[in-house]
Amino acid sequence: MDRSDWTKRFNPKISTRRIWGQIWYSLFLLAILIGVIGLTILIIRILVQGIPWLSITFLTEFPSRFPERAGMKSAIFGSIWIIGLTAVFTVPVGVGAAIYLEEYARKNWIYRIVEINVANLAGVPSIVYGLLGLAVFVQLLSLGRSVVAGALTMSLLVLPIVIITSREAIRSVPSTYREAAYGLGATQFQVVKSIVIPQALPGIMTGTILALSRAIGEAAPIIAISALVFLTFVPSHPLDQFTVMPIQIYNWVARPQEDFRGIAAAGIVVLLVVLLSMNAIAIIIRNKTQKRSEE
Amino acid sequence: MTTARNIGLAIEDLSVYYGNFRVLKNVTLQIPSNKVTALIGPSGSGKSTLLRCFNRMNDLIPSARIEGKVYFGENNIYAAGVDPTEVRSRIGMVFQKPNPFPKSIFENVAFGLRINGYRGDMNEAVERALHVAALWDEVKDRLNDGALTLSGGQQQRLCIARAIAVEPEVILMDEPASALDPIATLAIEGLMRDLSREYTILVVTHNMQQAARVSDETAFLMMDDDRAGYLVEHGETQQIFTNPVDERTEAYITGRFG
Repeated sequence: MDRSDWTKRFNPKISTRRIWGQIWYSLFLLAILIGVIGLTILIIRILVQGIPWLSITFLTEFPSRFPERAGMKSAIFGSIWIIGLTAVFTVPVGVGAAIYLEEYARKNWIYRIVEINVANLAGVPSIVYGLLGLAVFVQLLSLGRSVVAGALTMSLLVLPIVIITSREAIRSVPSTYREAAYGLGATQFQVVKSIVIPQALPGIMTGTILALSRAIGEAAPIIAISALVFLTFVPSHPLDQFTVMPIQIYNWVARPQEDFRGIAAAGIVVLLVVLLSMNAIAIIIRNKTQKRSEE
Repeated sequence: MTTARNIGLAIEDLSVYYGNFRVLKNVTLQIPSNKVTALIGPSGSGKSTLLRCFNRMNDLIPSARIEGKVYFGENNIYAAGVDPTEVRSRIGMVFQKPNPFPKSIFENVAFGLRINGYRGDMNEAVERALHVAALWDEVKDRLNDGALTLSGGQQQRLCIARAIAVEPEVILMDEPASALDPIATLAIEGLMRDLSREYTILVVTHNMQQAARVSDETAFLMMDDDRAGYLVEHGETQQIFTNPVDERTEAYITGRFG
């Protein structure tokens, strides 16, 4: 075709298009910067405020009304108790439910209702689980404001997450492996036990750790169950009373004395370190699996 | 290890449905023992579906339904009370894409032995299966390496070794060389010829030359507008390829369609 009158038929406006591209590029960059800068400022502020108060005694002392003697020992141990028991309750139930849904359940309308509900439960606000835990575990089952009541409540909160991530992990096991195993005369349980679970395990573990790291930062459900913040003992059995790190931090922030801001910041640093370590473990596990599957 | 086997396979008036869709209609076919039988036909003619009826792999598809009978020797493997698990340990399968487990070479072959409660010497059985699959010399020094470190052709021979290890009587192969290069393909074809001395082999293939090279008998399937596959012709490979009875067979093998 004749190129000479091309400009009559087209109006390319190259410079305008390029400017629009630049504007949108800048907006996207701004969006990520807002997130990154906001978080960085927050973390720097916390570190500046908290680090002077961080010490070994801060980890080994119980709370006190004197800032220089205040520590979060009871909160740290309370959190460990809660997370440990939550893991014990959640892993078998969550993984078992995921295996049932993926490997055994017939894909009918009941299955779809269960599926939708599990997804919805993952989005229910945590305070709702707290109130449920208060009604069912604390009062109805008379477990009191105990570690086990808190852990059961947390389990309800993270169970949908564990189920969903475990299902993803199970679903990502290639069906060719299943077929190969069935073709050799494996029963369904042998396929699940020897092929599906070993293959899905790293994904299941990553999901579980991420779910538990959500639980360790939750304050709302525990506030509903146990509003204790001034605990000068470490829980010694599952029916003991307890407090957890986020609640302890919340209590310190709420105090009028300036020094307690610093104490709270120090508490946040400890909580963040624990959280980031848990996430790091999850990432390490994920990377190891990827390497193995690329072999 | 093996004695002469005479157990063949036979299907009688077999129809297969996926939901309401019929994929195979009224197929009747006898598969001789200790021979290689090739299933050929255009895409969608139900060759793989037919193959998967012989070890009840279609049971794994929830919507699949089967009418008719499939005899393994004297027994209808779809009769009530037949355990598909047992069927599959006697009728092995090799898949289109090599699918070794992401475990070591040794563990791949040992897997079937373990799940079926093998009571003999595991090392010996694994070595024997790898010998039969003509893979032993290549892997004997690296049995603990991951199976996925092998080449595609080696992986497929490993899958054959894995199937052989449980001592099946029949080996079903679903386009076993379609994902492999020509040299690896020749190795698999040679293996099929060797294996047919002791096993009944049924192979689905899209490759006419391959069917002509490896098989003793050939069955030709195709489908019409209702897209339900049916058997057009079955006979000795020599006859099917040189002097087919049905003109549709001739049209297909000469490459006029499909």
